[in-house]
Amino acid sequence: MSNVPANLRYTKSHEWVRDDQGILTVGITDHAQDLMGDMVFVDLPKIGDALTAGKECAVVESVKAASDVYAPLAGTVTEINETLGVKPEAINNDPYGAGWLFKIKPAQASGVAGLLDAAAYENLLAAEG
Amino acid sequence: MLIFEHSRPGRVNPAQIPGATAGGEDLPAVFLRRQPLLLPEVSELQAVRHYTRLSQRNFAIDTHFYPLGSCTMKYNPRAANKAAMLPQFLARHPLAPESTGQGFLACLFELQEILKAVTGMKGVSLTPMAGAQGEFAGVAMMRAYHTARGDSARSEILIPRAAHGTNPATAVMCGYTVREIEVDQQGDVDLESLKKALGPQTAGLMLTNPSTLGVFDRQILEVARLVHGAGGLLYYDGANLNAILGKVKPGDMGFDVIHLNLHKTFSTPHGGGGPGAGPVGVSERLLPFLPVPFVGAHSGQYHWVTEKMRPQSIGRLSAHMGNAGVLLRAYVYARLLGREGMPRVAEYAVLNANYLFKRLMALGFAGAYPARRATHEFLLTLKDLKDTTTITATDVAKRLLDQGFHAPTVYFPLMVPECLLIEPTETESPEDLDAFVDAMADIWSVAHTAPDVLKNAPQKLPVRRVDEVRAARDLDLVWRKA
Repeated sequence: MSNVPANLRYTKSHEWVRDDQGILTVGITDHAQDLMGDMVFVDLPKIGDALTAGKECAVVESVKAASDVYAPLAGTVTEINETLGVKPEAINNDPYGAGWLFKIKPAQASGVAGLLDAAAYENLLAAEG
Repeated sequence: MLIFEHSRPGRVNPAQIPGATAGGEDLPAVFLRRQPLLLPEVSELQAVRHYTRLSQRNFAIDTHFYPLGSCTMKYNPRAANKAAMLPQFLARHPLAPESTGQGFLACLFELQEILKAVTGMKGVSLTPMAGAQGEFAGVAMMRAYHTARGDSARSEILIPRAAHGTNPATAVMCGYTVREIEVDQQGDVDLESLKKALGPQTAGLMLTNPSTLGVFDRQILEVARLVHGAGGLLYYDGANLNAILGKVKPGDMGFDVIHLNLHKTFSTPHGGGGPGAGPVGVSERLLPFLPVPFVGAHSGQYHWVTEKMRPQSIGRLSAHMGNAGVLLRAYVYARLLGREGMPRVAEYAVLNANYLFKRLMALGFAGAYPARRATHEFLLTLKDLKDTTTITATDVAKRLLDQGFHAPTVYFPLMVPECLLIEPTETESPEDLDAFVDAMADIWSVAHTAPDVLKNAPQKLPVRRVDEVRAARDLDLVWRKA
């Protein structure tokens, strides 16, 4: 069973979101990295990019496939994880820590509450088998 | 060993060096090379041996069963190649006058007619030079059609999740945005998801049928009705035409535009990067937009149809008429099969796939869509095998190489975990299919008794297990002298 930390929020498309005083850190879940396999390349948005909720904003590429990452909420990119350029494996080794992808300042701070909580995301994983 | 590693300074084989060489005297000195090219210096025999050995390491349909799903790696009869290689074809200049090329034009015209008959489309142009270019031509025609009607606000192309990656790439290249459609539990297009996505912004839907899930979408007529009802067009990706050849026509399913991969279904060896041919076919309403040139006939004479006669054409996609050699092979192959032979291609392709599917499931392998009859290919999912034995689709694929089989397609489509996509094609004998089943039976048993054997495969090939992660992360293709 994959790791689903209780203190994070999630999307149906397997991104996680951590709210640090109004700035959201986004990554892909342990389940997603396990499904994708060894990461070899990451394409991140640019700082200042305006993201639309549900639209693709990054790409993660493994030895098996390339997959879009979707913006969990609308907002502006404030920081990206540049170390992934040389160490994409951080997503596999530490998906909720060193493997974070980017940070956004959401257009509406209240949006986070609309995302899945850990229990709802676990149900989603169980339903996907 | 690389050819450079055989190199010894001063070793030359001058027998075939051309007598007269251009001196380059008229080039400014600044552009002249000061040191000789760093070419390998080997004898003629060393060169011959090196490349002959390399060629013997090829994993090819001529030597091995090649069940690479969705790629249709079938045997292409030598007769088709022989006819296409006639010196009169090979030496013909593409700009030679129509009057001296009536035989060549007749072949292309008849190929257009055959493809129209087999697909149920109203017009065909042979000029796209590969499947991806055929797709581009097809979607460009959809765009031209909407624009010609003053309906240019249509901005979205709908594509099911299981589609080939080329479909969304094509849509984006043609200036559309892509909207993904869900696939239901049985592998068919999810009609509710489709209905929700359809609207005045819909330019069309791109679909492969049978899909890359190895099943035929049974609701295709309803899908066509819905898309047409919203004012959109239906695009058929001909990647899997082998399954329905002579049996079902995309035109009868309601498709408005299709492309075919002649190099897959119609007898050109492929997988080495070309050349290919991706002709497009269209329904009545898209006829004015066909790419030029194609061949027309009038009073028993054949001629090129060009922009002058088709002002609304999307234009030209290649310098002349496409890849003539591939088109000629396809023509000869189609004539060899005839009207009776075409459906037998589909029948045996589907029979072989279902035979393998049933036998592999009897061994314990899990089908991704076990309740569905397979088409020309089928999907296994090794998720349960991985959970119980840690053996992955990669391990199975690598072990098959040891056993003398090309690996099936792995990890595609990604929505099915640990999948193998297996396409035996119609050209394999029952004995060869049984040999593959025996190999898979051995793998199944070894997975449960000695999984390390699979983890360490391949053992018998010149190159052992490749570190795919390192190869992707630290790509280095340059040989340097030690």
